[in-house]
Amino acid sequence: MPTTPRPRRETVTGVPRGSRASQGARGSRTPGHAPARSEISEQTTLGATYVRSLMRSQLRTALLGLGALAPLIGTLPLLFLLPRVLTGAALPASGPFVWAALGLVAYPVMWLIARWYVHRAERNERDFRGLLEGR
Amino acid sequence: MNHAYSVAAVTVVVLVTLLIGALGLRISRTTSDFYVASRTVGPRLNAAAISGEYLSAASFLGVAGLVLLQGPEMLWYPVGYTAGYLVLLLFVAAPLRRSGAYTLSDFAEARLESTQVRRLASLFVVGIGWLYLLPQLQGAGLTLEILTGAPGWLGGLVVAVVVTGAVAAGGMRSITFVQAFQYWLKLTALLVPALFLLAAWYGDDAPRARFDAPATFREHTSVRFQETVRIDLDQPLTVSVSGTVDDRAYEGDHDVALASGPHRVTGGTVLRFPAGAAVPEKSTGKGDGRAAGSSTWAHPLADSREEHPLYATYGLILATFLGTMGLPHVAVRFYTSPNGRAARRTTLVVLALIGAFYLLPPVYGVLGRIYAPELVLTGDADAAVLVLPERVLGGVLGDLLGALLAGGAFAAFLSTASGVTMAVAGVLTQDVLPARGVRHFRLATVLAIAVPLAVSTVVANVPVADAVGLAFAVSASSFCPLLVLGIWWRGLTPPGAVAGLVVGGGAALTAVMTTRAGLSVSGWTHTLLAWPAVWSVPLGFLTMVAVSLATRDRIPGGTAAILARLHLPEELTDTPEGAADQ
Repeated sequence: MPTTPRPRRETVTGVPRGSRASQGARGSRTPGHAPARSEISEQTTLGATYVRSLMRSQLRTALLGLGALAPLIGTLPLLFLLPRVLTGAALPASGPFVWAALGLVAYPVMWLIARWYVHRAERNERDFRGLLEGR
Repeated sequence: MNHAYSVAAVTVVVLVTLLIGALGLRISRTTSDFYVASRTVGPRLNAAAISGEYLSAASFLGVAGLVLLQGPEMLWYPVGYTAGYLVLLLFVAAPLRRSGAYTLSDFAEARLESTQVRRLASLFVVGIGWLYLLPQLQGAGLTLEILTGAPGWLGGLVVAVVVTGAVAAGGMRSITFVQAFQYWLKLTALLVPALFLLAAWYGDDAPRARFDAPATFREHTSVRFQETVRIDLDQPLTVSVSGTVDDRAYEGDHDVALASGPHRVTGGTVLRFPAGAAVPEKSTGKGDGRAAGSSTWAHPLADSREEHPLYATYGLILATFLGTMGLPHVAVRFYTSPNGRAARRTTLVVLALIGAFYLLPPVYGVLGRIYAPELVLTGDADAAVLVLPERVLGGVLGDLLGALLAGGAFAAFLSTASGVTMAVAGVLTQDVLPARGVRHFRLATVLAIAVPLAVSTVVANVPVADAVGLAFAVSASSFCPLLVLGIWWRGLTPPGAVAGLVVGGGAALTAVMTTRAGLSVSGWTHTLLAWPAVWSVPLGFLTMVAVSLATRDRIPGGTAAILARLHLPEELTDTPEGAADQ
């Protein structure tokens, strides 16, 4: 997998992440903090910081998804080689394990990773909205 | 095989495609409808359409053929095609939709504010699109030839005409319905015969397929050789020959004892093998990259696996995992979702739909290895799916199921071809033709499919069929870095993007072209060039990052604003995007 450059790490002060969904419900907006949105649309430094925090949480989620895909599916070619390396026999690796892994199990595993990611990414966005509206 | 049933099935598929296209025309009223189905396609319909478009004949026919020939390791193809969508979902889906880009060129221009990058991206889109169309048209010709005996050019022409009709008439709105219909058709066409075949196989005491030894003929089988081939015998074998073997002509069925070792069978010869005989290996002639009875869908690629299988597998994995996001017809589809969240959910459904579909081709591959082993010898492994019902079931049932599969195969050609044509035509309208608008889009459609059609008739017998694999490798080395860095990295600059596209994509293209041209035949060089993704993808990424860092003063001024738009949920961005202002 290629290296995905991470955005520069910066200290985000005063913008706690996560676990804000509970406060983000509609109607809990405190007067005086609506400007968060306009900070973003007017591209102030604070607005940029908000966007960065969302990008970073989304990128972390995506990398976690990739981190699940790479060891679960990406290492299979090496696993298939193991019996040959261990026994030293020159058998082609067409055992039932290969059939089961590539023909059957790989698809639900990938779908579960995808479902986890979609839920997590949407939660990140909900948290972010809560951050803007309900802080 | 009963030609009448197959012709009827293909005709029905073509007519229904045109009918749905015409219905789309009636409800496709605005320009926005035409290009992006007014961006109102819900996740389920859109997911079926995306899956219908994505599952090309390489999936419908090719995977089974590859499994028949080379065993379960070939299942990396469908796994890779599916994982490509997962990687796309993780890094690209929602931001690409939020970018408001209709094509990859639009994305490049919006992100980098550079018309130079835009033009280069357009070049790659059209190039990859044509590489992808070529095998669809040629495969359609081959399929129609096998099914009905029609001349080879006819299938490609039929596909081209139907696609032009459907795309030019109704645009994206029509195509969405057509492709959604074709997904379900393809799934049914593969599922129903598979159930009958499995029942018959079970009733036949469930013989096991063997992939670690040569396949054997289950019964007395006569094989007709279309072309001259060299075969290798492991042990002496007595066959009955009608034709020419080792330059000796035999009249009528003459029993000939062939010694072990290589033999030359002249085209037109019929060999009759006794039951239980091992299917001879087709030997790899010198300088002939297309030997060893491989499937046309992954041809020299599959051959060069033999030397360094682990490296080749990872080359395949990288190309398919990372190449999917850059395929032109895949990107266009995301714009038809109403918003970024819907784009994500759509991709989730797509993963379920294509995952379910890919459970079926291996069944045909295994049954083909048992019941139609001579396909290894004649090289028509792609036909495995089509001939199995007749071989295993026979009678009217076999004919009917064969016809269903024929219809499904044709749906595969039509849906992928129409999706790619739509995407290429979109780019041509915007970047090549002088004026925009629906009328010019129709002109671009004709242009988009006429070029590969012309090429496919000219280079009929050149191994262009593995252009699908080539398209994946080029896309993974060019558009994957552009999309991933463009979406997640603020430091990307226009010169960096240009350099990365040219170096990464160019390297992959050159490498694969070199192997296809037969300039390198064996050894590590050959394997490295045949499977470029392992080194060309990192090369593309590194070039893009390095040149961007060197030209830091060229970071576009609007980077912060565009990145905010890519990542913020739609309801938080103040200015809603305008309607499709094509």
